[in-house]
Amino acid sequence: MTEEALKDLLYKIADDLLILGHRNSEWTGMGPLLEEDIAFSSMAQDKVGQSLAFYSLLHQLGEQEPDTVAFTRNADQFHNCQFVELPIGEYDFSLIRHFLFDHADYIRFSMLAECPIEEVAQVARKLKGEIKYHVMHANTWIKQLATANLEAHDRLQNSLNEALPYALGIFEPSKFEKEIIEAGVYPGEKAIEEQWKENIAIVLEQANLNLPKWNTIKPIFGGRYGKHTKHLQPLVEEMSEVFRVDPTADW
Amino acid sequence: MTLTDDKILELLKEVKDPEIPVISLVDLGVITGIEIEEDHVTVNMTPTFIGCPAMDYMKQDVVDVLSKNGIDNHTVNLNLKTTWSSDLISDEGKRALKKFGLAPPPVHNNLIEDLDIIEHAECPNCDSTNTTLKSPFGPTLCRSLHHCNSCGEAFESFKPI
Repeated sequence: MTEEALKDLLYKIADDLLILGHRNSEWTGMGPLLEEDIAFSSMAQDKVGQSLAFYSLLHQLGEQEPDTVAFTRNADQFHNCQFVELPIGEYDFSLIRHFLFDHADYIRFSMLAECPIEEVAQVARKLKGEIKYHVMHANTWIKQLATANLEAHDRLQNSLNEALPYALGIFEPSKFEKEIIEAGVYPGEKAIEEQWKENIAIVLEQANLNLPKWNTIKPIFGGRYGKHTKHLQPLVEEMSEVFRVDPTADW
Repeated sequence: MTLTDDKILELLKEVKDPEIPVISLVDLGVITGIEIEEDHVTVNMTPTFIGCPAMDYMKQDVVDVLSKNGIDNHTVNLNLKTTWSSDLISDEGKRALKKFGLAPPPVHNNLIEDLDIIEHAECPNCDSTNTTLKSPFGPTLCRSLHHCNSCGEAFESFKPI
């Protein structure tokens, strides 16, 4: 496997975490109740920390310093899926995104924990334990809210319907897919997707939420190749605003 | 003085978690190894949570304690070779957490399947398990929020991970 293929994999993982971490942090001070304010803030802190672990691996592979990579690229240089860059919307959308994304990342890190590249496996093993709490948090709230009253149920159902095409974009195959699978790095995006479909279906059924037939949902791809929605560039600008005031400042 | 692993660990007992200042890094289980080669000391550490902002402070505190004790020839590594688990917290550490008002994490042997494991954390104030989990996320990454139905106090727990 080429180093380019490995970098591509690490970049998409890191960028997903950084961008969703930033989005989650937008709930700080705005959460619908104190515990959820704290939860989204904690998950934001986890995810930004997790992205740093992957940017550090990339730095070891010869890429620039993590801060430089995180704060000096333009939107079209990011490899995150479009799903994570969408605005936080109302709480029901953020909750559904958190549920769909974290289930996928939990499977991703469980698979990468077995990766023959020891440095990657070490990070994945560490993150698996943390993401588990994110998944458990999402499951609890999805089930509680969706079975609470009709409005809560309908809001979650609408957000789910809106989110699913983007969620499938998480699994957009990379151009190195075959190479990475053959090298045994992990079983690939398709394998994560299949497991993910099974896992989320169990929780959605318990929550009385309707999962449309998969063949009726058209995945929204592009993010992994730098094609993004209009929402990413403003996010990147906001995120890097302080850094750009003085890129040489020592924090 | 002849350096031994035990002597270094004894010195490091002085270094506390900056966010939970009653527990030493040794009892927290983040010191994962000491290597002594002639007069050079290597201390290996592993983070509790990867995004924990206290880790850099902890690492610096370890460096400071070594230097203060005349061990200038040292290397302190923070890496993930050993994955930290709350099962690594010593019994002494768990007692210190409880005294501090934080419910210690239950031993889990890597079998955390759902939030049931912290659903009824033992209240550090009155030892009741008639408690309710309010949120798996608390004021720091390693804590969850609970309410005790027996004594009426709100309390935090160190999460099993």
